[in-house]
Amino acid sequence: MTGQLAAILAVGLVALVAALAGTFGLRRGRTVADFYVASRSVTPARNAAAIGGEYLSAASFLGIAGLVLVYGYDMLWYPVGYTAGYLVLLVLVAAPLRRSGAYTLPDFAQIRLGSRSVRTMSSILVVLIGWLYLVPQLSGAALTLSTQTGAPDWLGGAVVCVVVVISVAAGGMRSITFSQAVLFWLKFTALLLPAIVLLALWHQRGDQVGSGYPTSRSAVSVTLTAPTTVRAPVSEVLTLVGTVDGRPVNGPVAVGAGSHLLGAGTRVDLRPGDVVPVVSSLPARTGSQWLQPLGSGLQHPLYASLSLILAICLGTMGLPHVLVRFYTNPDGREARRTTLIVVILLSGFYLLPTVFGVLGRSFVPDLLLTGQTDATVLLLPQRMVPGWPGVVLGAVVTAGAFAAFLSTASGLTVSVAGVLAQDFLRRGREVLQHRRITAFRVGALLAVGVPYGLSLFARQLSLAAVVGLAFAVAASTFCPLLVLGVWWQRLTPTGAIAGLCAGGGLATTAVLLTVAAPLRPGWPATLLAQPAAWSVPIAFLVMIVVSLLTPHRLPPGAARAMARLHLPEGLTGDPGPGRH
Amino acid sequence: MTPDRIRIAHPRTDAARTPAARTPTGEIEQQTAVGQWYIASLIRSQRRLAATVTIAAIGGLMAVAAASALWPGWSRWRLLGISAPWLVLGLGVYPVMIAAAALAVRHAERNERAFVDLIRHQ
Repeated sequence: MTGQLAAILAVGLVALVAALAGTFGLRRGRTVADFYVASRSVTPARNAAAIGGEYLSAASFLGIAGLVLVYGYDMLWYPVGYTAGYLVLLVLVAAPLRRSGAYTLPDFAQIRLGSRSVRTMSSILVVLIGWLYLVPQLSGAALTLSTQTGAPDWLGGAVVCVVVVISVAAGGMRSITFSQAVLFWLKFTALLLPAIVLLALWHQRGDQVGSGYPTSRSAVSVTLTAPTTVRAPVSEVLTLVGTVDGRPVNGPVAVGAGSHLLGAGTRVDLRPGDVVPVVSSLPARTGSQWLQPLGSGLQHPLYASLSLILAICLGTMGLPHVLVRFYTNPDGREARRTTLIVVILLSGFYLLPTVFGVLGRSFVPDLLLTGQTDATVLLLPQRMVPGWPGVVLGAVVTAGAFAAFLSTASGLTVSVAGVLAQDFLRRGREVLQHRRITAFRVGALLAVGVPYGLSLFARQLSLAAVVGLAFAVAASTFCPLLVLGVWWQRLTPTGAIAGLCAGGGLATTAVLLTVAAPLRPGWPATLLAQPAAWSVPIAFLVMIVVSLLTPHRLPPGAARAMARLHLPEGLTGDPGPGRH
Repeated sequence: MTPDRIRIAHPRTDAARTPAARTPTGEIEQQTAVGQWYIASLIRSQRRLAATVTIAAIGGLMAVAAASALWPGWSRWRLLGISAPWLVLGLGVYPVMIAAAALAVRHAERNERAFVDLIRHQ
C-alpha cells in the first residue's frame, strides 16, 4: 500500500530528525547545568517555540479533533483552555518562577519553604503527573502507527520510547530545547497545510454540516475486532457480514432503531447515505444538537464545561514539563515575554484541531462505529482527497502527529528523569558529575518505561480524557502550591503538605475511579470525571487554613525568598536595557 | 574545552543555588523594615494585576459557558454562515487572550520600573 509506505517514511524521517537534533547537543551537553536547563541561555523566540513544541501534545490535538467529531461545540473548551492556561501561567507564576532560580518544581518548593518533606511530596507528584501525562502520549503513538501502517499495537509507543531515551540520555536539556523548537515548527506546518487544503476543498464543494445524524459519505467497510454494542439512531437497512444480536447475517439486513450487539469480526459495509450506528459508549447526536452549546449529550454539560475550564486553566502551570522550560530563560522579564509569544503560537495552533473535528464529522463518521475517534486527524486527508495528494497529506499529518508524540514525551521524560535522578536515584550526596549524569540517564529509562507498560493496558481510554485528568491532578496540587508560594508569604510547609495531600489525594482518587471503575451516568460520575471544580478549591482552602493554624512553622527565610521571587533583575547591579 | 568545575560548599538545599544578588540597594539587601515595605508594595501591585487578569480570564470563559445555559438563543446568531458560539470559541477568544497577555506583560513591567525608579531616586 502506498499510504502505508508513505506513513512509514514520514515516521522514520521524523524520528531521524528528532534523534539527530538530540545528538547534535551531545558534543556540547557536558556540564550538569547543560543537562537540566541548557545553561539558561536560550533566546525568547526559540524558547517559546520549544515550550510550544513540548506543550502541544499529539494526544491533545488528535484527542480534541476526535472529541469535537463526537460531542461537538462543548469540546472547544479544550483548545481554548489549553491556551488560556498559558495566559494564567504568565500572570501568576512565569517571572517569579524564573527568579526563584530553581531547576525543578521540587526545587521551588524547597527554596520557598525550606522543607525537605514538601520537596519529597512534590517530587512524588511530579513523577505521578508526568507518568499520567505520558500514558496517552504513548498510546496515541501506538494508535497513529497502527492506524496508518497496520503495525502491531505495542510498536508505536516503543518507537517513541527508544528515540526519546536516545536523545534525552545523550544531550539532556540543551539538545531538547533545540529539537523541541524544530519539532514545533514541524508539527505546526504538518497540520496547517492539510487544514488549509481541506478547508479550501470543503469551501469549494459548498459542503455543509448536516442537521441530521451523521451519514457515510462514501462506501466504507468497518470490521469490529471485538463484540460491540452499537445504537442505530434510526431504523434502516445495513449491509452486514457476521452476527447481529447472535443471528448470523450476510448481506443487507433491516436494523431497527436502538441497541444491537455485533459479534467479533462482524463487517459493516456502509454505503453512501447510510446513517452510521454509534458505539454504545458514545452519544448519538443529530447535527443540530451537535452544533448547539451544551448539546454534547453528556450528563450535566454546564458543570462539566465549568470544571474543565478550571482544570485546564489552572493545571497548565502544574505540569512538570512546562515549568522546567522557564528556567532556561535568562531572567524574569524574558520569561514573561517568552510566555506572551507562547500564547500567540498556541492561539494559531489550536484553531486547527477544531477544523479537523468539524470536517471529520462529515467525512469520517464511520469512526463513531468503533469509537476510535482519536484517529480523525490521521484518516481525514485520505478520505477527503482522492489519489496520491491524499496519501501525501496523510503522511504529512502522520509526521506531525509523530513529531508531537516525540516532543511532548521527551519534555516529560526530561522533567521526570531530572526529579527521579535528583531525589530518588542519587544515593547520599553524590556530587561527582559523571555519577549525576548516570543517575539522569537511569531516570530517563524509568521515566518512559513505566508509562509505556501502563499504556499497553490503557487502549480503550480516550486520549483527551486522560490528558484532562492529568490537568485536574496538576490543578489540585501544584497550582495552589505555586500560587500561594509566589503570592502569599504566610504559607507554611505544614500547610503546603496538607494541601498537596488533600488536593492530590482527592483528584487522584477521582481519576482512578473514573478510569478503573466508572459509575453509572449521573451526578456522582460527573463529579468524579471532572473533579477540578471541587478539588481545587478544597486544596487551596486546606493549604490556607492549615498555614494560618501553624504560624510557628513559618520558614525563617520566607521574606527573603519572597523578595527574591519578585525583585526585578534590573535592580541588582546593571541597569536594564534602555534604562538610565 | 573542559567542563566547568563544580564547587561544593555546605549546600543547605539540594537545589542548585544561584549566586547571591550582585549589588542590590542596601535597604533591600539588609531586609530592613524600610526595604521590606518597598518589597511588600511591589508584591501588592503585582498581585493585584495577577488577580485581575486571572479572574477576568477564567471568569470570562465561564461566563461564555454560562451564557449558553442562560440564553440558548444566542446560537441562532450567525456571521458568514457560522453560528455565534462557534465563532466566539473557535476564533474570537484567541485574539482577546493575546491582547490580555500583552497588556499583562506591559503592566507588570511598568510596576517593576516604578519600583526601580522609587528605589534609585529616594
